[in-house]
Amino acid sequence: MSDSRKTGRVDMPRQPASVRVRNFDEVALGYSEEDARREAGRCIQCKNPLCVQGCPVDIDIPRFILQIREGDEAGAAATLKLKNSLPAVCGRVCPQEEQCEKLCILGKKGQPVAIGRLERYAADRETAAGQGSRPGPAGSRPAVTRPSMASPTGRSVAVIGAGPSGLAAAGELAKLGHRVTVFEALHKPGGVLVYGIPEFRLPKAIVEQECDFIRSLGVEIRCNYVIGRSGTVDELLRTGFDAVFVGTGAGLPYFMNIPGENLNGVYSSNEFLTRVNLMKAYRFPEYDTPVHVGRNVAVIGGGNVAMDAARCSLRLGAETVHLVYRRGREQLPAREEEIENAFEEGVRPVFLTVPVEILGDENGWVKGLECIRMELGEPDASGRQKPVPVAGSNHILEADTVIMAIGQGPNPLLTLTTPDLKLNKWGYIVADEATGQTSKKGVFAGGDIVTGAATVILAMGAGKKAAMAIHKYLQQDRP
Amino acid sequence: MPQLNEIIRKTSLAPGIVRFDLHCPDIASHAKPGQFVVVRRDEVAERIPLTIADFDAAAGTIVLIIQEAGLSTKKLCGLERGERVTDVLGPLGQPSEIENYGTVVCVGGGVGAAPMYPITKALKAAGNRVHSILGARSKDLLILEEETRRVSDELHVCTDDGSSGTRGFVSGKLAELIASGVKIDRVWAIGPGVMMRAVCDVTRPGGIPTVVSLNTLMVDGTGMCGGCRITVGGKVKFVCVDGPEFDGHQVEFGELLKRSRMYADRESRADRDHACRLGLKT
Ligand SMILES: Cc1cc2nc3c(=O)[nH]c(=O)nc-3n(C[C@H](O)[C@H](O)[C@H](O)COP(=O)(O)OP(=O)(O)OC[C@H]3O[C@@H](n4cnc5c(N)ncnc54)[C@H](O)[C@@H]3O)c2cc1C
Ligand code: FES
Repeated sequence: MSDSRKTGRVDMPRQPASVRVRNFDEVALGYSEEDARREAGRCIQCKNPLCVQGCPVDIDIPRFILQIREGDEAGAAATLKLKNSLPAVCGRVCPQEEQCEKLCILGKKGQPVAIGRLERYAADRETAAGQGSRPGPAGSRPAVTRPSMASPTGRSVAVIGAGPSGLAAAGELAKLGHRVTVFEALHKPGGVLVYGIPEFRLPKAIVEQECDFIRSLGVEIRCNYVIGRSGTVDELLRTGFDAVFVGTGAGLPYFMNIPGENLNGVYSSNEFLTRVNLMKAYRFPEYDTPVHVGRNVAVIGGGNVAMDAARCSLRLGAETVHLVYRRGREQLPAREEEIENAFEEGVRPVFLTVPVEILGDENGWVKGLECIRMELGEPDASGRQKPVPVAGSNHILEADTVIMAIGQGPNPLLTLTTPDLKLNKWGYIVADEATGQTSKKGVFAGGDIVTGAATVILAMGAGKKAAMAIHKYLQQDRP
Repeated sequence: MPQLNEIIRKTSLAPGIVRFDLHCPDIASHAKPGQFVVVRRDEVAERIPLTIADFDAAAGTIVLIIQEAGLSTKKLCGLERGERVTDVLGPLGQPSEIENYGTVVCVGGGVGAAPMYPITKALKAAGNRVHSILGARSKDLLILEEETRRVSDELHVCTDDGSSGTRGFVSGKLAELIASGVKIDRVWAIGPGVMMRAVCDVTRPGGIPTVVSLNTLMVDGTGMCGGCRITVGGKVKFVCVDGPEFDGHQVEFGELLKRSRMYADRESRADRDHACRLGLKT
């Protein structure tokens, strides 16, 4: 066993690149029972586990791994769910290499324990057992762990936005006995998990299960209800809600403000991914929503969003997909696994390059990108080397579709109609990090609308923390 | 008690033009003239924007007027009384700025007469002297003539073929009105892009403030995708949240017309439906 610890982690089977670029099925196929037990066996059960320090929500990682090793999968899932309401999601999309796995002691000499893959395994096993497709483990633990529910408190909370932060807050508040209504602008709950992250990375059935689970706790999810237009925060507080949690995310697409951005064939990543994922344009014409993918696609950016857009483009038939990024390979902010997958599938990186103009034809369609090359200069305030333009390096990159994936900001619909909510200079809501309390009484906030575009696990953690603070607030603020 | 989004009345206004009265109490109680909704007919349908052509907060209803053009609107128009539209989101967009401007001219082209109607009604109620100009290809495609007449001081009708009112375009009628010396303080124009552009060309020399309501492609309708963006006064605006109404003299109509054809080559349903929303000839 000590050999396998040193040698490396157990591979997770994946669809081969040549096959998966032709479909939208999940790329990574998950561990078998044997794989999982073997990988779990690599964990040396540190007395003072560093991995836990890397986890934004303090999951007892050694414990759930030990439970997997001992065949107690339901127990492992329960350990995860104590801290993480969405383990099947986070096992798939967390940047583990920046968090728990980065600190794993085995990583010092070899490969860290594949904590994310094991998390996914435990969560998937629990679901499968709950659906009866596999018998639960020996003994008769309940298949899907039912949380204990407090008796009703008679207090009502409105949660705005059904992304990871809102869903986590809703679930916790319901367990604490409060009546919870979630208001969601889109026609489906899930936030970025349904409109942004593609099916091949996060099957939508998993998101639906999580939403069903939240509903099963008594939470009402009202879709097609946009706060700021269909109603306001003040109206909610006036019409019977005792507290409000705002988890509206960072859904405002940024453009570069360069000439040609309004040409046909130029998308924001939000529009492109929403068409493909939420509206299921990848199943056009079975679904009515179209999306335009040309022969040569250029995606601008280097984060998860850019990778998702690039990989969707390949699957939708693009011949070449260039990923135009202003820094280098080492600086790509996307999850490592997705970077590797993307390049293996044929996404072509164009590093140290920035578009300065999008060129169009006489009919108003994109035909290319004028770019300049960059070189990495002095480190900036964040410690990252700042890209600086190389004079006279202008050149043309052929493209008939351009997808801008350079970041998102806060959507002002809600905040504009809630004047007493304090914002920072970029328009994000100012909220206490530990409690989510905002400048407005009874109003709490968390997730991307507070931190700026971040991660699923941080948004979920913020929702949970705010739920505890709202619970406390409701106990003190008796009418 | 009707269900949410249930069609409680369906009326045929003209060949291929249907009026739905929908049970949407929350939207009805929040709606203001100039706003719109985004609807999705069923699980596989597109999300399409449709202007709120009238609303009744007490009854909990909103009125949508839809012209069959592409697949999505054909399917939508195929719904019957008692059926539900799967999703209706709204009210979206900025309301019209209704004040007493003095004398206003409200120009509705094609199905643009539908979104024009609640604005005309509100302008009249605010004390304006209202001239309305309604245009259509022919008499049988003319809608809301009686309703519009009731909320206008004067109604001028034009048809392309002369089968009702004057033969000719709405922009020509407006030019005549201006030439006849009527002092006009503000013009509203809603209709196909080419019509709105023509109206703006007529009002530009005299500097008459002209409000247009833009009919871009949309997905979410909440400022999340940017698909509805358009250049106005040199700045990029999102029609769904910054509009749909803009100063017509600042709008890049060329870009608007090109962008509305984005999916035309793929025989897309989306653009035809949007065209249909305001009666563009496709
Ligand atoms: C394409 C893409 C890929 C990503 N990949 C990863 C990844 O691999 N790993 C990772 O950890 N993170 C990833 N992220 C980031 C992660 O998804 C977000 O940090 C996280 O979803 C934020 O959660 P949230 O609840 O704050 O907001 P969101 O998920 O954005 O949810 C906000 C919800 O609120 C709704 N809403 C907004 N305004 C209103 C309103 N006024 N009224 C009602 N409802 C409203 C929105 O429709 C939305 O459903 C990715 C993001 C994107 C866009
Ligand atoms: S329709 Fe998506 S931003 Fe306007």
